[in-house]
Order: sequence, then structure tokens, then C-alpha cells
Amino acid sequence: MAYWRAPLDLKKVEVPHGDIHINIEHCKGCNFCVEYCPREVLEMSVEFNRKGYHYPNVLKEGACVNCNLCEMICPEFSIFVLEGKTRHPEADEVIKGKEKS
Amino acid sequence: MKADPIGVATGNHYIDGDHACAEGAIAGGCRFLAGYPITPSTEVAERMAERFPFVGGQFIQMEDELASMAAVAGAAWTGVKAMTVTSGPGFSLMMENLGLATMMEVPCVLVNVQRGGPSTGLPTLTGQGDMMQARWGSHGDYELISLCPNSPQECFDLTITAFNLAETYRVPVLFMMDECVGHMTEKVVIPEADEIEIIPRKFYQGKKEDYRPYQFKGDGSVGPMIKAGEGYNIHVTGLTHDERGYPVINAEAQDKNVRHLVDKILLNEEKIRIIEEDQVEDADVVVISYGITSRVALKAVQDARAKGLKVGTMRLITVWPFPEKRIHELRDKVKAFVVPEINLGQIVLEVERCVSGKAKTILVPHAGGWVHDPNDILNAIEEGAK
Amino acid sequence: MSKTAEQILSDELLIPQPKEPLAHPMEGYLRTDRLPHIWCSTCGIGTVITAFIAGLQKSGLERDKVGVVSGIGCSGRAAGYLQLDSFHSTHGRAIAFATGVALGNPDMKVAVISGDGDIAAIGGNHFIHAARRNMNLAIICINNFNYAMTGGQAGPTTPESANASTAPYGAYEYPFNLPFLAESSGAVYVARWTSLHVRRVTNAIAEALVKPGFSFIEVIAPCPTLYARRNRLGSGLDLMRFYHDNAVIDHNADTRDIDIEYQKKIVVGKFVDKEKPTFLENKDAVLSAKLGDKYIPYKGA
Repeated sequence: MAYWRAPLDLKKVEVPHGDIHINIEHCKGCNFCVEYCPREVLEMSVEFNRKGYHYPNVLKEGACVNCNLCEMICPEFSIFVLEGKTRHPEADEVIKGKEKS
Repeated sequence: MKADPIGVATGNHYIDGDHACAEGAIAGGCRFLAGYPITPSTEVAERMAERFPFVGGQFIQMEDELASMAAVAGAAWTGVKAMTVTSGPGFSLMMENLGLATMMEVPCVLVNVQRGGPSTGLPTLTGQGDMMQARWGSHGDYELISLCPNSPQECFDLTITAFNLAETYRVPVLFMMDECVGHMTEKVVIPEADEIEIIPRKFYQGKKEDYRPYQFKGDGSVGPMIKAGEGYNIHVTGLTHDERGYPVINAEAQDKNVRHLVDKILLNEEKIRIIEEDQVEDADVVVISYGITSRVALKAVQDARAKGLKVGTMRLITVWPFPEKRIHELRDKVKAFVVPEINLGQIVLEVERCVSGKAKTILVPHAGGWVHDPNDILNAIEEGAK
Repeated sequence: MSKTAEQILSDELLIPQPKEPLAHPMEGYLRTDRLPHIWCSTCGIGTVITAFIAGLQKSGLERDKVGVVSGIGCSGRAAGYLQLDSFHSTHGRAIAFATGVALGNPDMKVAVISGDGDIAAIGGNHFIHAARRNMNLAIICINNFNYAMTGGQAGPTTPESANASTAPYGAYEYPFNLPFLAESSGAVYVARWTSLHVRRVTNAIAEALVKPGFSFIEVIAPCPTLYARRNRLGSGLDLMRFYHDNAVIDHNADTRDIDIEYQKKIVVGKFVDKEKPTFLENKDAVLSAKLGDKYIPYKGA
């Protein structure tokens, strides 16, 4: 959600935010959450869990918009999202900028 | 606890065994029947379909016997006293979920009005060929209780007993009638409700989260049940399980689970046992019979006694668990056991096993379709007395 | 106390902070002492269970009044993970067993979660008859196109030409079109989704749970270990991508036309949602009319 200019009502808009929690030992590495996250918040780990699976890591925590899709599509009850503080869109831009650097 | 008067048709009736069985079930507290029509058992389901609307019962005619027995097992977990009724071919189909009911330890009653088999056999004629199926019909090791009535009056009385035993031991009870008893019309006296003793289901009273569906104490005892839909969140399965009902797939769990199923019946065999004996103490020959055959055997025994033979009778009302200890007591005192049955030798095998060669065992077989000629039994008694 | 630079940064930029381990929001509905479950990596059954819990929460039903019955097979293990009154019955008999529970306690809503083989092959007769009676049951049939628990044999829904361990040269039987079978047997609610459509499945389950009568939801789900591997379709994730590209939502589709062909488009949607008295409503109506005050309805044990 990068803007070419700041909308006039930007200060009034609040974006929901989710805190992502991952029980890595339940994960069987299906990749569903990484594939279907609409904000590309997650990536698969390089490390293995105790069962020998890669599990998701949070790549861009601040970008989660609490849509819960990862929680819903996870076949293992391994990832879930709790509602976090809403925020103003600027934060996104900061994150984008930070990534690029 | 006494019977609920609403289900007790007190009075003198002239009805057949099937109808008496239905009345016994209702008096005994049964309020759920799932069945599928099959000769010669249909009259039981028909009478219950007619009577249930007046006593608050739930009747459903299922699509087959597999479904009937499954529905009974499911209904029993809601706390209701449930039963099904069938005959030979349907009995075979019920074996699958009879095993489930056994494994889940649900109290219920399965009425089998026996006819001639195998397969479609003799739909309208009698037989006693399902007795070993009653013992071994479903796969795996287990013990159940089987009752054999020999008159319409007993069809009433013993159906109540069957429900009481099912509740006491959390086990399916097989009510092994036969076509002759089922279709024989006689006087049936139904007593007042306060003369009928009912064993109600034992429900768990403690904290919900502490409830365990099963108790494997090794002493033949069974734990209390709950009603589904009341927040206990139980899990029960046909898989080998632990006391929580959770599947555990290993040899130790199997040993604990299956031994419990067997122990709760065998350790209580003498409490469960209902047998009727006459003049066995000084007998040379004991005639062991059950169901309709016991009434034919009586004529042979009377004739033998008229000839001066010392003959006793033992009628198995509970055929399973088999009264092994009682046969052990008698086997050294008598010359022979005579076993007439309407099959080519089933319960006789169990008698032989218990006698262990210490007396003669003489089978009087009959392939089915009719009852014995009493003279055949008399001849066997005479042979045994030699 | 003034904030450190790092605190300010983390507040502003939402940098991950170490968190206390928290309980999964669905934990109260799960037998967590049995997790992780037995299903393979990328299997779709777990997703359907998540959707079931979400649907149950959404339905507003009192949780203690909801029971689950499963049959045998991979999907048959569903009952074992749900912290509800849950029954793991015999192969094919889940609907018959559930009929007993639903009639034994008419205040309960009983859901059946089981597989295509369990419900449509060995349990096919119970399925059509429970639908015919409009028994108050919600059936969730997880269709993975094969018998997975026993090693990938062909089943009643295996598409023609698909490979299975008992169809090693390709299946040549006609498969069932389950929504059509359900509708023609009398179901009042019929839907088909894939396990990719988690929100649709959740909504369907919520609707089915509150709908009086016989509801049927088919959920197409990936079987990575057997169906996908034997047919060289990749992982469960590849099948999810296939659903994404080939599932066509058409709520108005005629169920006669929605057969599933091997690796062709899958028509999904809510096809039937109608009102019809249930088995018990009909029973009460007929017996009350005939017997009047003498009729005593069954009220449960």
C-alpha cells in the first residue's frame, strides 16, 4: 500500500493490524500461509522444527492486516493472529522504505 | 427403582412372544427402537411402533440392520434405553456395530428371533443356529450376555432382565428368542408397575472435566455414563482406547481394553447366571437345553422318569456367559449330559469343553424348521444312563 | 520514564517483540493433548476442521449441544480432535450412528465429518436415506478422490482416468456427483467448496449447523501423499493452486451438470437452500393429528 501522494484523509484512515503467533512445533511445512498471505508477510524458515519441517517466519510483522487467512487455511492449528493496535498508513511506507534500504 | 407405570400394560394378556417381548421392553424402560423388518421378528417392531407414541418413545425404521445397530449405539450415548430387533440375516449384518457397541460399552438390547439358516434359510420356521454367532459373531475378543426365553411370559419378564443386565454391566445384551417362542401365543401376565424392578442407568455425578468414559480397574466393574449434549465433551471410538476414550494403538492398551471387556462379564458370571435346575443332585443324566427346546426336553424327561431313570434338567436362561463352574460341579457326579438343540451342535461344544471328558456328552441335533421329537431326546437319555 | 530510542522505534515500526506463548483462539474446541494430528503435510482435512470450528463459533449454537460423528478413514479421525461430544464410529455408519444421537437427544445438532469413501461408498445407503428422511444432520464430506488411509485405492469419487492403487492403469468407473446425489435424495442444503475456499466453507458450515434438516457440504481437499503423488500432481499446495485456477463459483448451477472430471474445472457454490419439515417435525405433526392429546412426544432421556 504505497501511495504516490498522501490522500487528504490519510490521518483519519486506520489500518487493522494483527499480531502473528506461530507454534512452530505443530507446523508441517505446507506453505499454505506463506502462499496465501495477501500482504506477503511470511516466509518459510531455513531452519527445521523438531519434526524436520520448515516453518513460517514473520518477514514483515508490521504489514499484517489481521485478515486471519493464514489462521483459517493452516491445517495444523499452528499459526494464528490476534488483533493488534490499529495504525495509520504511514507505518507501511516506513516499512517499505526500510526494506528497500 | 420401579417401572414407570406409563409403559406397563398391567393385566392378563393372550399374546405371542414377539408382542410380549415388545411389552417387556417398554415396561423395562426402553424408549428408543431402531429396526428393520425381518420375519419372524417384525411383530416386535410393529407393536413398539404402535405403542411408543403413547409412552414417549422414539421409533425409527432404518434402511438396514447395519444402520439399526449403529443408531442404537448412538442413541444409547444420549442416555436413552435403546434396542433393536432382528432375525438371522439381519443378525449377521448387525455384527459390525454390535462390536462397536461392545467396544464403546453402551448398554442396549438386541433381540434376535432365530430362524433356520444359513443365509435366507427358513424365514418362517424355527432354529437355534445363531447361538455361537451370539458368542463369536463380531470379530475380536469380547464377552456379551445372551438370554433365551422359552415362553411368551418369559419374553416379557426376561426382556426387562435384559435391560437391567445391560445397564449393570454396560454391555449389549442379546435376547435370543426363536421363531417358535416368538409366534407362540399364550397367557402373559403383566404385573403392576411397582412390582417390576428396573435398574436405571448409572450417570456420572462429579466434575465435568474429570469425567472418563471408561474405567479399566481389572475388577470387573464398569464406570458411570453421561448423556451426550450435556457438556462433557466425551470422545469415544471403536479403536482400542484408554480410559479417556482416546485411541491408543499398541499392545499394552489392547491388553487393558480387551481384558476389561472380557473380565466385566466373566468375573461376574455367577451374578449374571440364570439357570433353572430340576433334580440334578442325584441324577445320572442331566439334560441341558435352552429356548423352545427346553419345553420339548421336558416331555422326554418325564417319559424317562416314568421308566425309572434318574434324569435331571438344567435350562440355560443365560446361555452366555456359559455356566462353566456349574458344569464343573456336576461333571463328576453324573454319567452323561444330553444336549438337544435346533442346530447340528453348538452349545454342546461348550458343554463338552467344560465336561472335559469326565462324563459323556450326547448331542441331539436338529437342523431346524421344527422342534425335536421328544423320543429322540428320550433315546439319548437312555443311552446316557447306560 | 522516557522511552529509549529502541522502544520508540519498535512502537512506531512495530518491530517484533518477544511474546508470551499464547493459546490458539480455537484451543477450547480442540483436544490439544492429541495435537499435532495424524494428517500429512499439505493435507486439506485440517483446514476443514479449522473451518468447522470457525463455522460453529459463527453459528451461535450452544457448543454443548453440538456433537460430531465420524466414520473411518483419514477424515474419520476428525471427531478425535474436536473438543465436543465426539464419536468415532464404524466404517460407513457415521450417518446411521449420528441418526441415533440426533433422535436420542433432539436438542442436539449433530454434524458428520467424514470422507467420500465413508459417506458415498460403504455408507451410501445411510446417506441417501438420511437425506430422504430430512434427518436433522449436517454432513461435511471431505472429498480427496481416493481411499487415503488404506493407501490410495480408487473410490466412489475417483475421476475417470485418474490413477489409484486399485486402478493402476487409470480409473474407468463413473464417479458420483455428490451434490446431485444429495439434492435428488432430498437434502435441504447442498454446497460444494474446496479447502482453498476457507471462508466459504466456514460460512457454509455455519449455515448448515443452524439449518433444520439434512445439509450436505462437499469439500474438495488435497491428498498429497496418495492421490497427488500417484497422479504426479505435485504437493497439496499445487492442488490448492489448481483449485484457485479451476474452481468456478456458480450458485445457480444445476447439480446435474457439475460432475468432476479429472483435472478439469470444478463447479463450486451453494446449490440448494430450501425449507422442508424435518423427520421429527413430520413425526410430531402426523402423530399429533392422529392421536391428539394421547400423543406423548419423545423428549430425550
